[in-house]
Amino acid sequence: VKQILPVPEIKENATLEQKCYPCIEKDMTTLGYPTTRVKNWKEVAIKKLGELLEKRRSLRLYLDICVKCGACADKCQFFLGTGDPKNMPVARAELLRKVYKRYFTWTGRIFGRLAGAEDLTEEVLEEWYTYFYQCSECRRCSVYCPYGIDTAEITMAAREIMTEIGVASKYWSEVVAKVYETGNNLGIPAPAWKDSCEFLEEEIKEETGVDVRLPVDEKGAEVLLVPPSADLFVNDETMIGYAKVFHAAGVSWTTSTYASEHANYGMFNTYRDMKKINKRILDAARELGVKKIIWSECGHAWRAALFTTTLNGPMDFLEVPYPIHICQFTADLIKRGALKLDKSANDDLIVTYHDPCNPARAGGLLEEPREIIRAVVNRFIEMPANTIREHTVCCGAGGGLLTDEIMEVRMAGGKPRAEACRMTGANYLATPCAICKAQLPEVMKYHKVDVHVGGVHDLVSKAIQLGSRP
Amino acid sequence: LKWELTHRAGEIKILNPVLLERYDCGGNDDDMTLIGRLITYFVGYVLPYVAIVVFLCGALWRIWTWARSAVPLRIPTTPAPDTVPGVIGRMASEVLIFRSLFKGDRLLWLGGIAFHICLLSVLLRHLRYFLYPVPWFIVYWGDIAPYFAYFLPIPLLFLLIRRLTNERLLYISGWADWLPLLLLLSIVASGLAMNYYARVDLLAVKDYILSLMVLKPVPPPASAMFLTHFSLVMLLLIYLPFSKIMHLAGIFFSPTRNQRNNWRQVFVNPWDAQPRSVRQGGEVK
Repeated sequence: VKQILPVPEIKENATLEQKCYPCIEKDMTTLGYPTTRVKNWKEVAIKKLGELLEKRRSLRLYLDICVKCGACADKCQFFLGTGDPKNMPVARAELLRKVYKRYFTWTGRIFGRLAGAEDLTEEVLEEWYTYFYQCSECRRCSVYCPYGIDTAEITMAAREIMTEIGVASKYWSEVVAKVYETGNNLGIPAPAWKDSCEFLEEEIKEETGVDVRLPVDEKGAEVLLVPPSADLFVNDETMIGYAKVFHAAGVSWTTSTYASEHANYGMFNTYRDMKKINKRILDAARELGVKKIIWSECGHAWRAALFTTTLNGPMDFLEVPYPIHICQFTADLIKRGALKLDKSANDDLIVTYHDPCNPARAGGLLEEPREIIRAVVNRFIEMPANTIREHTVCCGAGGGLLTDEIMEVRMAGGKPRAEACRMTGANYLATPCAICKAQLPEVMKYHKVDVHVGGVHDLVSKAIQLGSRP
Repeated sequence: LKWELTHRAGEIKILNPVLLERYDCGGNDDDMTLIGRLITYFVGYVLPYVAIVVFLCGALWRIWTWARSAVPLRIPTTPAPDTVPGVIGRMASEVLIFRSLFKGDRLLWLGGIAFHICLLSVLLRHLRYFLYPVPWFIVYWGDIAPYFAYFLPIPLLFLLIRRLTNERLLYISGWADWLPLLLLLSIVASGLAMNYYARVDLLAVKDYILSLMVLKPVPPPASAMFLTHFSLVMLLLIYLPFSKIMHLAGIFFSPTRNQRNNWRQVFVNPWDAQPRSVRQGGEVK
């Protein structure tokens, strides 16, 4: 274990200066939060913490029962990469725990620092802002905790408190504001969305000679596909993969310009925004009258999808099963023999698979992507066992960290994944997550691992035989 | 002398008024200094009742704060079981064999499980002071239990030394971590000392404990080691509800472990409840 993920020595405050840019007024106004830190921020923050303690059992419990055994201390990729002790999950949680103890427990009120309690001060808030935006909410620590303490729950709560007092990262608020304004994270307006889809249609026609459609806003289609907007504009080979699968399966489908994004940045910070973003997808599905919603290759989007019925009501206007992921859909087609695949099309590749954190540890999506890969490539090799499946190490930019000002932290956080990938000697790293697809190429370049990063459906796209259906 | 209480269980007629009278007559009081009498009075009569009340109320209150807070979302750490028996199995594996910790840190797992098993054995054996007659399984356990008791300091010292020597653990450790360890170590030390050189009349101990339980306390055995051991245990009981030791109850409430992975069933958030079905006429807010 130690060989693959070597544990660094503690370097205090190694990443203290790595802060996300603060939010700007325009975005926070769109979101409806205070645009700058409110005057009575301490009271508001403590009141919000009290409210969350009642609303989330996970928060109160996990602040209460940690025994500081240290099983998680060497599990976080950000600690492994940076050595900053406050990036150990237990120490990260302690940032909120000490304030909780001070204002909400008897021992903390009476014994203060002796009991590990501390006032909420300017410095503490600074630390919160720094270190809760150096957590990718990947839940790796919760796998190893004897009580299942999930630091992601604590990070989310801390960020929700900070957002409430007008302290949020620019990147996060910007992305959420864009979703409210345009329907997707990249801020692509509807006409551009349609153009891109047409462009991809032409590309497929040129390449294969087959008319594969990428329909937009088509009422009465069977399936609403909610992709990450990046799949259309950056990782377009993945989008082509989806289109070819639907074409080959003979399923009518559409994307929606109202919900052209399934990534849910609301989940990283606030319940309210998670709910609102999630609702757009259901609204679009009702509007278009589809029978199925299929979520596609994105990690935390899948986690948010699994929350859908809790957040925005039942989905029983759709066909069972729901929610459904594109990997489940494709794997099912493959199992039923509904796709004609030519593995040899991918013979130039040695493929390895990176489990995005949320599908692996919060969505249980472990087998389907592997089934697909095995069906479309001949040479598939797994990374070391303590870096895959529920042990997977985060790419280093999830949870709203995919922003350039904290590049140092991102590259350090991606190091364990880069080293694990290097060991396989693979030249293609498949991963069904838009954030991973944006982060990992940079990580691999930085750590000098010669590998191409792409989606799972990129491979399907190459292997699938269109034209005659089997 | 063989202080094997269980072998003489028949001789203890603790609820016999004659026996209680032996203490009530207060024959030894003249030999005691004022301080001695105060200690006997405080440690013997006041502390145990304070401790038990604080422990019970504190622990129940703590559990109530967890029970009353809502569980808004379904957040099991996957892969997770999707059936109730599956969840029971998962919880059992966490509680009985510390499965997650095994994945996380093998050495700590070994130390942790050794400590908990030894502690459990010692606690079971202490039941002989509380029960009359002593159940057969505790009588038999008494033949093996001493070995666990002798071994108990080893995992405890391991946990302490581990905390002192690993820089990551040293960084995260505070008084809330040192205190339980030191308290447990001194309890174990005083307990073992009674086994070796500061022997105590165990029948008198049992008399005393049972008399506490029927709310008619007799004076505790006049042994410094026993009083030390006893008051340390009472302090631990008082501290327990406010300490991290509450993990023993908290683990059962942990949503990442005790939830089912049944995504396709509706999960209702109590403070933001959505209808379970639109087909049956539910209105979406």
